[in-house]
Amino acid sequence: MSFAPVYLDWNATTPLDEVVREAMLPWLGVGEQARFGNASSRHEYGRQARAAIDEARVRVASAVGAHATEVVFTSGGSEANNLFLKGAAGVFKPALLAISAIEHPCVREPARQLQRGGWALREIGVDAQGLVDEASWQAVLAERPRLVSVMMANNETGVVQDLARIAAQARTVGAWVHTDAVQAVGKLEVDFRTLGVHALSLSAHKIGGPLGAGALIVDKRVELTPLIAGGGQERGLRSGTENVAAIVGFGVACERARAAQAQEAQRLGALREELERGLLQCGASIFSAQAPRLPNTVFFAIGQIDGETLVAKLDRAGFACASGSACSSANPEPSHTLLAMGVERGLARAAVRISLGRDTTAEQVRAFLAALAGVTDNLRNLASVAA
Amino acid sequence: MKFPIYLDYSATTPVDPRVAEKMIPWLTEHFGNPASRSHAYGWAAEEAVETAREQVAALVNADPKEIIWTSGATESNNLAIKGAAHFYKGKGKHVITLKTEHKAVLDTVRELEREGFEATYLDVQENGLVDLEALKAAIRPDTILISVMFVNNEVGVIQPIAEIGELCREKGIVFHVDAAQATGKIGIDLAALKVDLMSFSAHKTYGPKGIGALYVRRKPRVRLEAQMHGGGHERGLRSGTLATHQIVGMGEAFRLAREEMGVENERIRRLRDKLLAGLTDIEATYVNGDLEQRVPHNLNISFAYVEGESLIMAIKEIAVSSGSACTSASLEPSYVLRALGRNDELAHSSIRFSIGRFTTEEEVDYTIDLLRRKIGKLRELSPLWEMYKDGVDLDTVQWAAH
Repeated sequence: MSFAPVYLDWNATTPLDEVVREAMLPWLGVGEQARFGNASSRHEYGRQARAAIDEARVRVASAVGAHATEVVFTSGGSEANNLFLKGAAGVFKPALLAISAIEHPCVREPARQLQRGGWALREIGVDAQGLVDEASWQAVLAERPRLVSVMMANNETGVVQDLARIAAQARTVGAWVHTDAVQAVGKLEVDFRTLGVHALSLSAHKIGGPLGAGALIVDKRVELTPLIAGGGQERGLRSGTENVAAIVGFGVACERARAAQAQEAQRLGALREELERGLLQCGASIFSAQAPRLPNTVFFAIGQIDGETLVAKLDRAGFACASGSACSSANPEPSHTLLAMGVERGLARAAVRISLGRDTTAEQVRAFLAALAGVTDNLRNLASVAA
Repeated sequence: MKFPIYLDYSATTPVDPRVAEKMIPWLTEHFGNPASRSHAYGWAAEEAVETAREQVAALVNADPKEIIWTSGATESNNLAIKGAAHFYKGKGKHVITLKTEHKAVLDTVRELEREGFEATYLDVQENGLVDLEALKAAIRPDTILISVMFVNNEVGVIQPIAEIGELCREKGIVFHVDAAQATGKIGIDLAALKVDLMSFSAHKTYGPKGIGALYVRRKPRVRLEAQMHGGGHERGLRSGTLATHQIVGMGEAFRLAREEMGVENERIRRLRDKLLAGLTDIEATYVNGDLEQRVPHNLNISFAYVEGESLIMAIKEIAVSSGSACTSASLEPSYVLRALGRNDELAHSSIRFSIGRFTTEEEVDYTIDLLRRKIGKLRELSPLWEMYKDGVDLDTVQWAAH
């Protein structure tokens, strides 16, 4: 390919922010300021690494209104989610665990693993817009769950839950509340204290940081058993030599995402509005259009045009987007988020996700809409010929 | 010379500039999620990940399909040990390991004990090597897993992995080997070794931190219970978005190790021999661990009649460790040296020198001279040294209680 496709899949991963990359390079041995110590070593090389990690910890914490001592660095969002669920389950006798019906697999699968280990598992249903269904939630609450995990913003629809309210209600029955905020940070204001959750998962590569770093923000009063045992790093909650380069990058990415958040939300919101107007003209139905959503995400379907086919055609036209979450993109099943919302399978199969980001421009959005119109016309013509 | 002189390659290694060069494009123009199947960004990342998998497999003569990416050797050890123990718990509940293993193995086995498994932590011989007869004797009918490290991180001794492998295969016991300190230092042939699971780390072999791998044998097939659940990456054994740049870095680091280890290790052996001769020239010094069954990169020496903390303070011009990096925050003497039969005093006054790709002869000369001067000075201040020189056998002295 002679030119790079337009990237419209920012919820899958984001290109590394240039400033973040510059901060990381010394820790990859590049340049005059090259560094490489093991943060556990007591000599100068080790102390430099420790200082860099401490600095990153403060940056990550302040981006979400937490204290530096509440940050546990992990290899990413999946590990952070696994750490909370299995780590919290490790300190209790099996009881009731409640998760929303639209969680990412890295919450759903550990939950199922706990279920195999004797925990009762309830899924909290969502309504047709993808918001936690009040009746379902109240029914789960009445059973007094020990652990509750509800994602802050959905990776596919972009729907934002009223998490502060959910957390407050869960606390009244003594539950520990966790939220997967991987898609929320940088797109919304996320404040650990205001949300009132016990723990919150973050990922660096969704906010302009590198792959390979994430964190669990966890209230100091919450006791967890570690997922990975060993040298006792991260207050014993996560052993293993720290990935200094990625952690440094994560810190800078958090700081920058936080600083740009309000302005970016406005800019991307306006772009999405333009995008959605165009989509509607193409005959698209937009999922969760009536719910509060992330400003950068649109999940839509055009009639019964198969989502996979549409995405492949768009790729050939030079636009990188997705038919759902990247993790399940090898999986032919339609989006479980849409099925949980009661969307019928045919329509769910037609779903395409566009997610915008830092580098997305109005020109790209317009070019995308033009390409989409061409591709859908073409597909409709083919369909009419076949019929 | 750059100060402090880095002689702590067993704690971590700098990223080789050639490795960094391969990684950088994946931090800039290429940035796809390897799991994205719908566009070229994802495909390019996936291809890079698979090339790196081949490079890692090639260093240890394995099939790329047998390599699972993890965040590092600690995670690999956790996945191997808990994963195998959980999967095979129906067959038995006994696990054997060595007292000199890395914390990532020991603490994981302790966790299994809390879950109801039983564990034997075998003593090693004075030279740091496992006694095969003792190992045989420790095997029970319900033993399901044996975990023995290839190269010890503190004293560099090479355990008899081939022999242990034969024993395990014969008895139908899963055999895990922590090879974090072995890659690039000794040849590893998994087609010949009867090892079922092997842990690797990139940052001990001039690759980046935050990436490692677990070898999981396919023939005969070894099964594991996943420890990290989610999107089902790595054939369901390890979920989580793959960090492409780190994986590419590990692949390149292992490719370089395969190509260059022959020449490199000869050079390192010459430097080690020089360091060894220069330091053992100092009176009352003891090398810890067998000198034959040992990688040339490591030299662990106890300097008697010198207080450990003062020694570390006195040699600030060199970056070394008095144990493994992971336990260096604690003031406890090294449990590895204790297991070799060293008393607390000697264990406390031990230094691990680890030599690597960028160590120069000049640095080794400087180190020898520094140690000679400082040890001499510290001993001048030591009443114990004076008693020793006067011919008092310190082991028989009855110290007054106070």
